[in-house]
Amino acid sequence: MRTRSLFGAMAVIGLVSSACSSAATPSPAPTTPPAATASAPASASAAASPSASASPAGPSLPTSIGPGEGELDIIIWAGYAEDGTNQKAYDWVKPFEAATGCKVKTKEGNSSDEMVTLMRQGGGTVWDGVSASGDASNRLIANGDLAPINVDLIPDYKNIAPFLQSPPHNTVNGVHYGISHGWGGNSLMYRTDLFNPAPTSWASVFDPTLAAAYKGKITDYDSPIYIADAALYLKAHKPDLGITDPYELTQPQFDAAVQLLKDQQPFVGKYWVSYTDQIDNFTNGTTTIGTTWPYQVNTLQGQAPPVKVQQVVPSEGMTGWADTWMMSAHAKHPNCMYKWMAWMVTPAVQAQVAESFGESPANPQACDLLDKVGGVGPYALKDFCTAYHVTDKSYYDAIKFWKTPQADCGDSRGATCIDYSVWTQKWTEIKG
Amino acid sequence: MTGLSRAGPFRRLQAALWRHRATQVLLLLSPPLGWFGVVYLGSLGILLLSAFWFLDPTTSAIVHTFSLQNFQLLASEEVYRTVAFRTAIVAVLVTLIDIAIAFPIAYYMARIASSRTRALLFVLVLLPLWASYLVKVYAWRVILAQGGLLDWLFGLFGVPGVSPGFSDLSMVIVFCYLWLPYMILPIAAGLERIPGSVLEASADLGGRGWMTFRRIVLPLVLPSVAAGSIFTFSLTLGDYITPKLVSKSQFIGNVVFDSQGVANNVPFAAAYAIVPILIMGLYLLGARRAGAFEAL
Repeated sequence: MRTRSLFGAMAVIGLVSSACSSAATPSPAPTTPPAATASAPASASAAASPSASASPAGPSLPTSIGPGEGELDIIIWAGYAEDGTNQKAYDWVKPFEAATGCKVKTKEGNSSDEMVTLMRQGGGTVWDGVSASGDASNRLIANGDLAPINVDLIPDYKNIAPFLQSPPHNTVNGVHYGISHGWGGNSLMYRTDLFNPAPTSWASVFDPTLAAAYKGKITDYDSPIYIADAALYLKAHKPDLGITDPYELTQPQFDAAVQLLKDQQPFVGKYWVSYTDQIDNFTNGTTTIGTTWPYQVNTLQGQAPPVKVQQVVPSEGMTGWADTWMMSAHAKHPNCMYKWMAWMVTPAVQAQVAESFGESPANPQACDLLDKVGGVGPYALKDFCTAYHVTDKSYYDAIKFWKTPQADCGDSRGATCIDYSVWTQKWTEIKG
Repeated sequence: MTGLSRAGPFRRLQAALWRHRATQVLLLLSPPLGWFGVVYLGSLGILLLSAFWFLDPTTSAIVHTFSLQNFQLLASEEVYRTVAFRTAIVAVLVTLIDIAIAFPIAYYMARIASSRTRALLFVLVLLPLWASYLVKVYAWRVILAQGGLLDWLFGLFGVPGVSPGFSDLSMVIVFCYLWLPYMILPIAAGLERIPGSVLEASADLGGRGWMTFRRIVLPLVLPSVAAGSIFTFSLTLGDYITPKLVSKSQFIGNVVFDSQGVANNVPFAAAYAIVPILIMGLYLLGARRAGAFEAL
């Protein structure tokens, strides 16, 4: 009896002491104090949108890239750091390691949310950089997780397409937080041997009468940001809702998009999280139509034997991503990260990235390599840059790039829009 | 005790500990209990504490202010009740199916097989546990996929389209397979403990097979069944990988994973994680009454 109460006492003491001493230590999101230059966007985040007030460039910008630290740890989208393992011709990691001595270690993020979480691990010291899309970049900037970048240190920066040099998703109040990498859209992929005629509209997955024919074979991207795809569909098919920006939705607009997805749920076979999942599912025909990234299309078509898939940009348009290489404010290897950012916008690397992933490169100088006969590798496409609209600003503007939904609609509607935390809750509801 | 007054410090320490047993026990057990208390219970405590914080919508950073909004959301939205209910129901289903499958195997192993056959069967039952969890689940995914092994097998007999593919049925099948060894072994151990004389006595008193089974074997083996059921129930309750890989349904673990790992909403994930803790607490109380802890 005495020993039993002894154990109980020790367990309670251990529990209480650890809870009390560690209550001050948050896990895993760190409350890192924002850097001086980030203080303007950080304080403006309370108003949920950065104001146009002037902010100092800050003393923390480096003036030169020092020697490499020997290692680089980055969070990437799948396919953003190829080293020849998938296709021998697409390798920009090994030449980088040879040229700079920075050994590259990568972690694939499956979604922007995952990347935000990873970037904040260990107070921002675990990962040096990230290839962030617009729905991660502004959150990271607002929280002070990123270091401002001195673009003068990037030789190819001036060659980047003008509309990508200082876009709002990586440049806030005139301060650059990253270097644009490339952009593309979430197209509709389908098995050509199972769909005749080819689909031309998102109605094939959203319209219940059409979707019912493929019950269990439809796939959606498993991320709350996919609600914007439903909103984009409603923008074209239910104009009286008045949707203008699929990421800034008022309550009735948001409810309609959520309802569309809930109605679609019985017909969805799988919500894909990992691109390998989608590749597997399309290979064995478990899912046969759904939203995708061009990387999966390329990989499936490049398999031996090739899987009969094709992608199409539906009539309603598509959501997309404009990705930026960004550096952590507490990066352990900042010089290697700068070298990587400079490397990734050189024309040769941009050409390889564009072809292998299937996206539009940020640096149009890559077109000299992409448009020539044979391109740079097995996924070459005749007139690549025309097909991918590399310098076409109006096409770029037509894609609804991922961005974090905020309560401030950013227009005449004021602060009546639904913010991302509600999107994540509703996504759980949609999946049931 | 000659020489004790001149004994070295080590000897004196020994003697002191012998006189004060409680201190000796305390010192012996403080490392493992310290690990248990600080690392395990402590981290669990911090996690549960964070259930009362919330996430700032703009920056996605955790705000360390006491708030009940996570619990309000859990109570108000129907989907969380649906998911918790689904998780518990599947856990119960898997437990019952595993008991049904494991019992004959365990009975054969414990009471009928020769010692060599029993040893072989033990090895065979334990063998899947040596394989990686993911390998097993992916193997079942291939088997149960449309156009997979099951379809091929039934196709040989001319029965088309049998495979469950991505569905709750696939999930139940995979769970039943994964946790079967954890159910077979406790039941076999429990059945082994039943003395043969008791069964003979029952037969002498006129009890036929079913009567003996129902009145003698079942009550004696129930604690073992309860012990095995703790494994199958708790492992199914907390799993999130199998639902993600072979179905499109969400379990409690999936909601927690999506909230924490993906959306960085640790407070909400912690609040929802309290639900399976409560369910398991109730289950363990029930299992304790059934005598499971003596049978483990």
